[in-house]
Amino acid sequence: MKITKTLMATTALTLAAGLAGAEEHVEMADDMTIVSWGGAYQDSQRKAYAEPYMEQNPEVSVTWDESSNEAVAKLRAMNEAGNITWDLVDVVASDAIRLCDEGLAMEYDPDELLAPAPDGTEAEDDFGDLIVSDCFIPQIVYSTTFGYRTDVEEWEGREPDDICDVFDLENFPGQRSLEKRPINNMEWALLCDGVPKEEVYDVLETEEGQDRAFAKLDTIKDQTVWWSAGADTPQLLADGEVVLGSTYNGRLFSLIVEQDQPVEMLWDAQVFDLDGWIIPEGLSDERLARVKDFIYFATDTQRLADQAKYISYGPARQSSAPLVGMHEELGIEMAPHMPTDPGNATNTFLYNYEWWADYRDDLDAQFQAWLAQ
Amino acid sequence: MTDATTGPDHVTGPTPDNAMRDADRAQAQASGPVLAADGKPLKRSLNRALRAQKLRALALIAPLLIFILVTFIAPIADMLFRSVENEIVAETLPRTVIALEDYTGGVPDEPVYEALGKDLTIAAELKEHTRLGSRLNYETTGISSLFRRTGRDVDDLGETYTDQFEDLNEAWEEPSTFVALFADPTWIEEQQEWAAQAEADRDFNEPEPRFYLADGVEEVFPETAPMYERFAQVIQTEDEDSPTEEEPWNIVYLTLYQDLMANPDIADAYDGEVATLLSNAADAVQGFETMNVKEFFLESDEDWADPEVWGTIKAFSPEYTSGYFLASADLQLTPNGIERQDEDQRIYGLLFQRTLFMSMVIMFSCILLGYPIAYLLSNLPLRTSNILLILVLLPFWTSLLVRTSSWKVLLQQQGVINDILVWIGLVSDGNRLVMINNQFGTIVAMTHILLPFMILPLYSVMKTIPPSYVRAAKSLGASNWTAFWRVYFPQSVPGIGAGCILVFILAIGYYITPELVGGTTGTFISNRIAYHISTSLNWGLAAALGSILLAVVLVLYWLYDKIVGIDNVSLG
Repeated sequence: MKITKTLMATTALTLAAGLAGAEEHVEMADDMTIVSWGGAYQDSQRKAYAEPYMEQNPEVSVTWDESSNEAVAKLRAMNEAGNITWDLVDVVASDAIRLCDEGLAMEYDPDELLAPAPDGTEAEDDFGDLIVSDCFIPQIVYSTTFGYRTDVEEWEGREPDDICDVFDLENFPGQRSLEKRPINNMEWALLCDGVPKEEVYDVLETEEGQDRAFAKLDTIKDQTVWWSAGADTPQLLADGEVVLGSTYNGRLFSLIVEQDQPVEMLWDAQVFDLDGWIIPEGLSDERLARVKDFIYFATDTQRLADQAKYISYGPARQSSAPLVGMHEELGIEMAPHMPTDPGNATNTFLYNYEWWADYRDDLDAQFQAWLAQ
Repeated sequence: MTDATTGPDHVTGPTPDNAMRDADRAQAQASGPVLAADGKPLKRSLNRALRAQKLRALALIAPLLIFILVTFIAPIADMLFRSVENEIVAETLPRTVIALEDYTGGVPDEPVYEALGKDLTIAAELKEHTRLGSRLNYETTGISSLFRRTGRDVDDLGETYTDQFEDLNEAWEEPSTFVALFADPTWIEEQQEWAAQAEADRDFNEPEPRFYLADGVEEVFPETAPMYERFAQVIQTEDEDSPTEEEPWNIVYLTLYQDLMANPDIADAYDGEVATLLSNAADAVQGFETMNVKEFFLESDEDWADPEVWGTIKAFSPEYTSGYFLASADLQLTPNGIERQDEDQRIYGLLFQRTLFMSMVIMFSCILLGYPIAYLLSNLPLRTSNILLILVLLPFWTSLLVRTSSWKVLLQQQGVINDILVWIGLVSDGNRLVMINNQFGTIVAMTHILLPFMILPLYSVMKTIPPSYVRAAKSLGASNWTAFWRVYFPQSVPGIGAGCILVFILAIGYYITPELVGGTTGTFISNRIAYHISTSLNWGLAAALGSILLAVVLVLYWLYDKIVGIDNVSLG
């Protein structure tokens, strides 16, 4: 009790000293636990958001946790135990929807919580459609796309430029790597089976459509390595285990640009996906106040643009796009490496969250049974 | 197992236990109760002494007992419970579950939709409908978005009546009208007191007194009163607001319409302004434009006319379900009873078989590799064997992920082993061996990881076998093989038994290694359990799969005890 009181007293003091018009602010906690994915991505968040924030608020200390890939399960367990130890969690949009459905993430009002764009556009319009759930605070747009080796002898100089080259074993022989789940793979299979882009989900809803997708995947099944971690495909490409593989575009960027491997990107039919923050439901008032303060700062136009200095993921705000600059260490222009760059985004595919929320359990069971056969 | 001379009944000298029995015997002989020196019945004094002694013993083992209960028994019990628990449907849709009691199939009638409308309004206000949607979506695809979509619309249900009531008299817009109708007079007083205090003192932050209904109002308004009570509760607890300031939900007006239609003389129960208001309304409702709740739902989403949705709600309405266990056995619970899962979705049977088979293979590989090593270790001079033992233990101190990944480097097609084979010329460059991302890779990597668990018990058992036995056998004319097989090996069997149990039970629950090197044909049932725990959040199914795995291990353990005998297991 005594400790909390002293803590609150100090917070109040710093607030009074640091902020003009601090009247409307409640006391804020000084510690924050932020959960993210680890690796280069977490580093980019640390450098672009947390460090500048702590410079402004020296009393704050941030603890990083690298549990985002099991965040959904852990949040549920914390909720059942009645002890939420995380303040802010970075998750992909589909997980955010699931957490929101389960009542584990807090719903928020974009115009109240998020900063407006520099030109005065309200946050809700600046983020636009990317706010796919009432709990989801978008941060970046990334895409799942293919990388291929440029030194495959059997290809005789041909280079894949079409998503369907993934299914073309004649012109592009060799092992492929695909993710060990139905999402994205089913869509690509149908696209290459002649289904128009707009009809993919309608077709996939039917049993015949699902059979078609599996039949298409069957054609490359024994030439495929199935990955479950984002780092697998870059490793397999670098080792020459596979000649072509899907993964997140940021991973391929570091493989190609930072590690200088003979690999190129195949942007055709890249599937856009979103990653962002959720605030766990059930934080105390002080912790919530701190998180809100941090979020307001960390999702403003400049901060989102800054993140692109460290990693090749597109900022989720429209107003951030023109501010994307050079890579902090390599000094190369980042815009051409963004999935949202017009040169790369000639043929893109948008992941349908609501549809997958319905079909994920069912198709995953089928997909795993198909894999195990 | 227990030594016959040290049991509690064999302690010589007086103990409360023995004394109790003596007292019993004495009592049987004598006519009345035997008394102690202080005049109290002997049995009671003895009982007290015995109880104290037992309590003392219990206190001594309490820390361990509590530890085992909390960390071991409780989680297992929780898992077993989760695999059948299914309260969410009946908790979220209580009225619908009752309305569906006689449902036999097809599209249900208006009363069922009305019950659902009430349940869903409350659930949507509490934001519980999406949870239920995800739960039922495990059973029938599409229910998740059905609940989400209708949850967004459902607060409009009954708006037709809200508008008509409000057109009739503006008083129906006032929260105070409803408070006057339904709240207990004592509550109104308490609330006013509270409001006055809150007005006077800015720092006063006690919550508003909890709302409760007036006596007898439920008989007058059988539909509206419970609905309004629920509304007031939700407003107070969830929104931290007051029913005196919030207009009721549209569904409350719908129920009000129903009550007025059913009982036009409702106003008789009241007097004053409210009575006039009510009697006017009772006259007017006869001419109200009506609405159909069923149509409302079908307009929101036509899937509400799908019998499969209703069948699923009905099939999963009991508080306990066998659905998860059926799903684990590739069966499914449907409105028409238990059916086999579609062929393209049957997976768990295959995975259970595979898990058991591969764990056996791994266990036997461990015996084959571990036995000679343990033999060598136990027969070498101590200094050399200590160094070798460190080599055995070294992988133990290395991260599991590092060990598994290094197998990848060795086994992959562009890996070290294939490179060497191609270099020697044993395989051609185009036909490199596939040794990873399949069963072979899993078996190799897991045998390596689990090998120490076989070697260590073997080693400690072999250490205790005196070398003189083998020498004696040989001096009596046995060949090397006979001496080993007839004399040495039987004595090392307890070590094999211990190693087998350790390796097998660890292997059966492994999931990181199969996930990394198992590809599609080398994954275990535990990979699916992990998926349901962390990705699909279907904890019930994960618990059912886990319970089955636990049962399988127990059955195998029992079989092992029958065949080999558990007394034949020794860790040294």
